[in-house]
Amino acid sequence: MSEELRTRIQEVIEHEPVALFMKGTPQFVMCGNSDRALRALREAGAPVTAVDVLPDPAIRQELSAISGWPTIPQVFVGGELIGGADIVEELAATGELEHTLEAALGADYRSSDSDRTVSVLA
Amino acid sequence: MATDPLRTLLEHAFPDASELKVEDRTGGGDHFQVTVTSPRFDGLTLLDQHRLVNDALAEPLRDGSIHELRITTRGTQ
Repeated sequence: MSEELRTRIQEVIEHEPVALFMKGTPQFVMCGNSDRALRALREAGAPVTAVDVLPDPAIRQELSAISGWPTIPQVFVGGELIGGADIVEELAATGELEHTLEAALGADYRSSDSDRTVSVLA
Repeated sequence: MATDPLRTLLEHAFPDASELKVEDRTGGGDHFQVTVTSPRFDGLTLLDQHRLVNDALAEPLRDGSIHELRITTRGTQ
């Protein structure tokens, strides 16, 4: 189970252009820091794929084991950990977030699609 | 938990910090804002700067004493 879960989390990190591991979903955010990260990403026009870590504590354990980052939310762009809410907000404020998104995803990264949510549970 | 134990952990990790603040954001003892200015951050990415703070507070993060952590780091250059 745990190995399968880890593989699914790794697939999301590697294959989704912008992965946001958060408490709750974009439609129903359950934590202030997850909300801050989501807002900053939306303002930068990022195509967000959200994963709710709350349905099973094992998600958070496996995620932190992979990333070496202890807290939620965690934002990955192009498979790379960008950071948590504070870093994403700070990068957004300086305009660096948009540069990071462009560098990883191409100049036309802005998506008109709404956020989507995927599950890592079987 | 109180802010003092967190402050002590950060003082051990950043003995040369020129600024070190721990605030209890809600008064409930589990939502904290920490602010550290240290030459150790010079030349590091924000990600690596925050990793150092997370490492210093690994124990209270792991055992759930810290429910929410906000971090502000600055180098000295």
